[in-house]
Order: sequence, then structure tokens, then C-alpha cells
Amino acid sequence: MAARGIASKVRGGGVPLATFLPGDGIGPEIAKAVRQVFEVASVPLQWEEHHFSPEVIDPSTSSMVTREALDSLLRNGLGLKGPMATPIGKGHRSLNLTLRKELGLYANIRPCFSIPGYKTKYDNVNLVTIRENTEGEYSGLEHEVVPGVVESLKVITEKASRRVAEYAFRYAKENNRSKVTAVHKANIMKKADGLFLECCRAIAEKNPEIEFEEKIIDNCCMQLVKDPSQFDVLVMPNLYGDIVSDLCAGLVGGLGVTPSLNVGDGGIALAEAVHGTAPDIAGKDLANPTALLLSSVMLLRHMELGTHADKIEKALLGTIAEGKYLTGDLGGKSTTRDFTNAVCSKI
Amino acid sequence: TYVHRPGEGSVKRVTLLPGDGIGPEVTQCVERVVDVMKVPIVWEKFNSISGADADGHPVEALPEELLASLRRNKVCIKGTLFAPLYKENTNTQSLNVLLRKELDLYVNLVHAFSIPEVQTRHEDIDIVIVRENTEGEYSGLEHEVVPGVVESLKVITEKNSRRIAEYAFEYALMNNRKKVTAVHKANIMKLGDGQFLSVCRETAAKFPTIEFEEMIVDATCMRLVSNPQDFDVMVTPNLYGNLIANLAAGLAGGAGIVPGVNLGSEGIAVFEQGARHVARSLQGKNLANPTAMLLSSAMLFRHLQWPSMADRLETAIMKVLQDPALHTTDIDGSATTSMYMDAIVKEL
Ligand SMILES: Nc1ncnc2c1ncn2[C@@H]1O[C@H](COP(=O)(O)OP(=O)(O)OP(=O)(O)O)[C@@H](O)[C@H]1O
Ligand SMILES: Nc1ncnc2c1ncn2[C@@H]1O[C@H](COP(=O)(O)OP(=O)(O)OP(=O)(O)O)[C@@H](O)[C@H]1O
Ligand SMILES: [Mg+2]
Ligand SMILES: [Mg+2]
Repeated sequence: MAARGIASKVRGGGVPLATFLPGDGIGPEIAKAVRQVFEVASVPLQWEEHHFSPEVIDPSTSSMVTREALDSLLRNGLGLKGPMATPIGKGHRSLNLTLRKELGLYANIRPCFSIPGYKTKYDNVNLVTIRENTEGEYSGLEHEVVPGVVESLKVITEKASRRVAEYAFRYAKENNRSKVTAVHKANIMKKADGLFLECCRAIAEKNPEIEFEEKIIDNCCMQLVKDPSQFDVLVMPNLYGDIVSDLCAGLVGGLGVTPSLNVGDGGIALAEAVHGTAPDIAGKDLANPTALLLSSVMLLRHMELGTHADKIEKALLGTIAEGKYLTGDLGGKSTTRDFTNAVCSKI
Repeated sequence: TYVHRPGEGSVKRVTLLPGDGIGPEVTQCVERVVDVMKVPIVWEKFNSISGADADGHPVEALPEELLASLRRNKVCIKGTLFAPLYKENTNTQSLNVLLRKELDLYVNLVHAFSIPEVQTRHEDIDIVIVRENTEGEYSGLEHEVVPGVVESLKVITEKNSRRIAEYAFEYALMNNRKKVTAVHKANIMKLGDGQFLSVCRETAAKFPTIEFEEMIVDATCMRLVSNPQDFDVMVTPNLYGNLIANLAAGLAGGAGIVPGVNLGSEGIAVFEQGARHVARSLQGKNLANPTAMLLSSAMLFRHLQWPSMADRLETAIMKVLQDPALHTTDIDGSATTSMYMDAIVKEL
């Protein structure tokens, strides 16, 4: 049980440690905001901060992830990551791929909910996308059969499908959600998506208290934009998860307000803001820390520090709903600092 | 005025494949309209074709007569055929896919546009999706390597990428469209989607008056739900096009509203709903929205060089939709299919 493994560490005495990767661009500013909020909320958690440079490749990880940062994450089992610039160049592994592989992060969880006070075209969204994160269309297996004919392999395994389905149902139970929808294209990819679907059905049978539903991905996309309120937890293979999670983020206002958590074997968890480094506003005290704060809230819930999570989330959403201190991306004029102070004063 | 060539007004034979679910109901609406308007069409109707047999098992083949009729007539109105979820028939996938592959219907074109009287969250949407319709993730090549491990092949060829890209740009040119957006995931599928993208770039270079844009599929979906007005013509590989066309249909009012067509190398055109669903839950309830099918028929009339017939039908549809009391339930109304159709006929 992922959550329980970590919780026992927490109860095991002493203050738990978590690795903090503030990142580039606006990363350090929004990371500072998280630190401040955590302090005011007296969260029993200590940060170990690590920095990478896009120019320096660590040979022991074949990427810009340093050995020290990786060891810190493996030791602590908990991490928070800000946005990082991806260097354009070849010959080494991408940062996200390195973290995913080395930490065994097999699922990506993204809650999307309408934020009161932040008006979008959709005001009744409250769903969670759970994406299988290790296989599928992202196998990296491709070849040119003859000139002009390329085959790309999609790999679906029973092991990975069951694992992510199990996580989805456990997440639903632990977060008081009532329905899991398996998203697939088994009418076309009968064997591959068929296997994924079979695994979901098998896990659903073991969790009769959670309603189970199946939706073909195209219909799912149509239904999501017509009436997102019909969805609760969605679980899907890699590519569909990539697409649907961004689609859902778009419903509620974009990546600046959507949190994300990656989970792996043994309860390891890495929360991250999935938006970019926003170089245009970096260092100007204009960035919105909401996505990183909401991600840190997910990390707290994962650690079973629900009361602290609730406290921070309530203050954050309250500040946005009030509308007095909003950053530019939400249509306000506030600085990062003023917004963060407003959140702290509500805690 | 449209000056037709002698003979263009003569009777045309058109294949009619009602399909499963609501297919028979909505294609019947087309028959009624053709009858009322005295459109010079004679139907070759294939009533008993279904994607599933009496036991619910998938049907694996299309009758030769149907394919012959399509090859002869070149024009067809089609409802969707049901595809049961069975792991065994991996080569056929569905009769819909089989038909597309058999007749090499390599273009699927879906036109999602806002109808002011149909209440949706977004206004002024006018997107044409040009989707590759024969390969990609729909290769049907799958196998279980060892128990519990399945491989599924996505095939992207230069030839098919090129002809779909060319169709998209030609469409843009002939319809006074300004921009073509190529949708891909070439950052992950570097060879497959990479080839699709580079062919799109090469084709773009041949159409200098049309703006070209590239967009990764996840970012595309995020942008579509927040700023659908940013899109004009989109060109996509098979699966992404399936998702994007349905998403765009959802934005414009749903599967009951948005028309589409499949076009092939043999000059065959198969007109159907833009979002191809059987909607068995609505079957036989007199609740289906025939608008998508009627708008597809208007596309068919234009395709057969009967532009004023197309205008007349579209004008009648828009006029009737002005009255919310005549909207069907899928677009938040309470009218039945027949109430709506009576109004259309009266308007015609
Ligand atoms: N947390 C945030 N707060 C405020 N604005 C943001 C935030 N994240 C993104 N933005 C805005 O969204 C736009 C897109 O930024 P994003 O960083 O995602 O892409 P980018 O500018 O291409 O950066 P990258 O180099 O990281 O890809 C930027 O103009 C930025 O102003
Ligand atoms: N012409 C139409 N008018 C109204 N709604 C339509 C029409 N065509 C499709 N739909 C709707 O599109 C959606 C997707 O259809 P789909 O066939 O996948 O689902 P369904 O109705 O659950 O049918 P099934 O019995 O196959 O599960 C459904 O909500 C369906 O009602
Ligand atoms: Mg993505
Ligand atoms: Mg269906």
C-alpha cells in the first residue's frame, strides 16, 4: 500500500524529509512560496533542496539529474518538483524519463477541478485523471521497415495495467470518490487495449463499492467537453492519459492551476507542477504558485497529512475565490509575494 | 447561378447503408428529404447489414454486392456499424474499418462549426479536420508476445502521409481557408509521427499562400477546449484525428450535429456523421438528432454538383433550428426526431 508505506515512515518518529527540486525560470519563486506556506501551516516536513543545471550531465544518471538528487529522492521517497527547462540536444536521457525510470514512477495523477472565483467556460469540473506512465505508445520502439514505412510499437502488459488499475481504485477509495472510468480503444486495438480493459474489469470486481464504467476514448473526449461533471476518476493507458489530462487541464484554466503527482513502487511519490518555466516572467515576482502549491497538497495527502493539506488548500482556494490578490495569469495584478502572503494570512 | 453541364441533373444511383443503432432512423430522414425535395437520387439500399450477428458476435465480412454497389455508384450515405469488443477478430477490427480499407477511403473529413441557435459554451467555431483514415494505430497488427504482454503496431507510411497532407492543403486552397495545423506526437514517436510531420512540412512548402502550423496532440486538445477559434483546417494521423474530431464535435454541439465524409482513391465518397457512433441507447426511441446526417447529405448534394439543393436543405435546417422548441434532446431540447423532421419538411 503506497500511502501506508510512507505514513509508517512519518509515524516512525522524527520529521520526515522530502526532496525539493525548485527548477528553472519561475521555479525558484514559486518554490519559495511553497516553503513559506508550509512554514506558516506548521507542516511537519523538512526539505532537502537540489538543483540541476541544463548544461551539466551527470554520467552516473546519463542526464541532468544529479546522483545526489536521485539518492535523496530514493532515500526520502517523497519529492516536489518545479518546472525545468529541457535542454535541446542529444546523447542523454530526458529529465522526466530519468526520474520516471529511476524512481519507478508508474502512474501520473492529475486532479482537475473548477476553481471558485476563476471563471472558465466550465464551472462544474471535479475529476481525476490517472495515467499509466511506463509503457504503451511511449515504448520508444520504432523502426523503418523499408524506406517510407515506419512501425511504432505500443506495448501493453498485464502487470502494468493491473498496477495502475489497482492504484486508481485505491485512490478512489482513499479520496472518497465513487466511480472509476476506464478509457480505452479496445474496439480497434482489440488485444492491446483489450488487455488493459480486462485488467481494469478484474480489479473493478474486487472493488464492488466503487462504480465501474468503460468509455471509448473518442466518445470520452466528446463527453468531456459536453458535460465533464459526469466523470469522477478516469484511468487510462499512457497516450490517452497524456491527451486527456491536458484536455481536462484546459477545461479548468490550464496548466498554471492543475497539480500533478507521480507515484511508484513502495509508495514513492513525486509531486510536480506540469507547467513550463515561463521564461518571459521569470524573476519578476509575477508567477502564480497555485499549481505547485496544489501539487504539494497532493503530496501531503499521499503522506496522510490530510489536515495540513486541507488547511493549505482551503486558504489557497479562498484567496483565489476572494479575487483580491490574483496574479496576472488569473486576470489580477498581484505579485507572487502578495498572493502568497494572502494565502498565509488565511492559514 | 450555377451553370451545370448537360446531364448533371440526371438521376444518380446512391448506395444507402443504414447501419446499426440510430443509423436506420437518421438515414430514413435523408430519404424523406430527398423525396420531398425531388432530388434526382435512386437509392441502392442495403438494409440487413449489421456489425454483429444474432448472438452479438462480430461479423467479419462485408457482402460483395455492397462493395460492388459502392464501386459502381461512387457515392454512399452510411450509418455506423456496431463493433462488438472481441479480442479474436483483430484483423477486421470492425466493418466500418474494413469498408474504409477495402475501398481505400483514406480521407475522413469532419466539419465542426457553431450553429448560433444551438447553445454551446464556445461560439464561432469553424474547424475542418482532415484525418488519415486507413493506417496508423488502425493497422490491426497485434499479437501477444508472451502471456500478459501485447504488442500493437502503429504503421505510418510516407505515401499515406503525403496524400492526406495534400488533400488537406488542397481543401484549404479550394475552400478559401487560411491555415493548416498538423497534429502529431513527434517528440515521442520520432520516426512514425516524425515522418508524418516532415511530409506535412514538405507539402506546406508547395502551398505558400496557406499558413502552416505544427502542434503536439496533447497541447492541441488543451488549446481546443479553451480557444477553438484558433483552428482552421487540421491534418492528423488516424487516432489523433478520431479524438480531435470527436472533441470538436462535442464543442460544436455533439455527434448529432456535426457532418463528415470519407473519400478514397477510387473516387468514392461515403457520407456519414462526423462523430461516428451507433448510439444504441437512443435506438428506436425517436430521439436521435438527424442534423449531422442531413448536413452530410447537403455535402453529398454539393459533391454531386447540385449546389442549390445543398443550399436549400441547409437553409431549411438553420431555419428550423432557430426554434428551440424543435431541438432534440441531445442539444437540450425536447423535440422528437419526427417533430424536428416535420418542421424541416414544412420548411422545404
Ligand atoms: N505558474 C505560472 N504563473 C503565471 N504564468 C504562467 C505560469 N506558467 C506558465 N505561465 C504563462 O504561460 C505561458 C507559457 O509558459 P510555459 O512556461 O508553459 O511555456 P514556455 O514559455 O514555452 O516555457 P518552457 O521553456 O518551460 O517550455 C508563459 O507566457 C507564461 O507567462
Ligand atoms: N444522431 C445522434 N443524435 C443524438 N445523439 C447521438 C447521435 N449520434 C451519436 N449520439 C450520441 O453520441 C454518444 C456516443 O455514442 P455511442 O454509440 O458511443 O454511445 P452509446 O449511446 O452509449 O451507444 P452504445 O449502445 O454503443 O454504447 C452517445 O451519447 C450517443 O447518444
Ligand atoms: Mg503532455
Ligand atoms: Mg458505443
